[in-house]
Amino acid sequence: MKPAPFDLVVATDLGEALEALHQGGTEARVIAGGQSLVPMLNMRLARPATLIDITRIPELSRIEATADTVSVGAAVRQTTLERWEDLADRLPLVRAALPWVGHTQLRNRGTVCGSVAHADPSAELPLCLIALGGSVTLRRRRKTRQVAARDFFQGMMSTDLAPGEMIASVTFPTHRKGTGYAFREVARRHGDFAIVACAAIARHDGSATLTVGGVADTPRTLDLPAEAADLDDRLNEFAWHLQARDDLHATARYRRDLVRHLGRATLKEALSCRD
Amino acid sequence: MPRLTQDETHEVRFTLNGRAVSARVSPRLLLTDVLRHEIGATGTHVGCEHGVCGACTVQVDGEPVRACLMLAAQAEGSEIRTVEGLAKREQLAPLQEAFRENFALQCGFCTAGILMTLDALFSREPDAEEDTIREALSGHLCRCTGYVPIVQAALAVRNRIKGGPIDA
Repeated sequence: MKPAPFDLVVATDLGEALEALHQGGTEARVIAGGQSLVPMLNMRLARPATLIDITRIPELSRIEATADTVSVGAAVRQTTLERWEDLADRLPLVRAALPWVGHTQLRNRGTVCGSVAHADPSAELPLCLIALGGSVTLRRRRKTRQVAARDFFQGMMSTDLAPGEMIASVTFPTHRKGTGYAFREVARRHGDFAIVACAAIARHDGSATLTVGGVADTPRTLDLPAEAADLDDRLNEFAWHLQARDDLHATARYRRDLVRHLGRATLKEALSCRD
Repeated sequence: MPRLTQDETHEVRFTLNGRAVSARVSPRLLLTDVLRHEIGATGTHVGCEHGVCGACTVQVDGEPVRACLMLAAQAEGSEIRTVEGLAKREQLAPLQEAFRENFALQCGFCTAGILMTLDALFSREPDAEEDTIREALSGHLCRCTGYVPIVQAALAVRNRIKGGPIDA
């Protein structure tokens, strides 16, 4: 299995990358860590005419923190974020989820934004970005736009990204005091694709959200009021609403069951670890 | 801005096991193939070619990565270590010796990749716990050993690094 031929542009600044992307049109793709794209190239599921390597662009290699957000540039590797000293304080949910992203050998090359661009329905980082209400910053020649994560992911491996456009960074809102976070996942083997992944965020007033990946085409969120007496009913309704499908790894019924049980456990953990 | 065209080969330079090397590559050439076919370093094995099996794992700038998921051209300027870099002349590295003593390989197809993951792990974390070792190994498939002897070999070499008992 070898990729079909392509030209490789090694961009050294963002302007160059955007120019090459503009010229390449729909036949050009951005490559960073390549941990999702290279398998697709090797299997020839993707046959771009031009690849644009953005890993040598300094302005995309930064993690930038403000008072209430953290932005991760498109060339930042997952391991780099995992080892970022402020991760536990600023992004506890991402910290809990990152060890579940592939295997360490993949996180060493794979980028945070690459996972977002790939938009696999079972991927952990898109799940976190949606759960936290984050956003994606998209660049094209002479144009920048910011899209809310919930609007960016449109379906299985399908996003709002337009031809000539690339992700420059993703932005996560950071931890607010009184909030609790939990992440749980069931997979065949640690590091494999999630059968069901759950991210729960519990606010100081007791209200909470549960965001579930691996079931529907994109991660979906359930809003819960404080002390919902009918939690099991709500979880059950949500599980059906996700329209799970049978596949090689699990039946739809098993996935619904995981949403109910793993969902409840994740919510409970988030509520109990509010600070 | 360099554009490496698909119809031509382009020079890529990197360090392989401490030695400067260069090769002519087309943009689509994978790191596994430049190592094995251009340079002749066949210690790195090629299994699934989509990042699942871990056989092709090498160290790039000290971190274990899949060589089958990296374009050779992306290796420009990096420091690469492969299984050939572990032994010193005829002297096996302690990790390799521990694999031999603990019967941690049978066919050996997965071994090169596993050694590079464990070598990197012990460089970062010389006293890694068994959980951490198992977590690192989860990125590798071995169809011969059932993994237990591999974990034992890793624990043995860890204890040797720590100066503790060698039998795990």
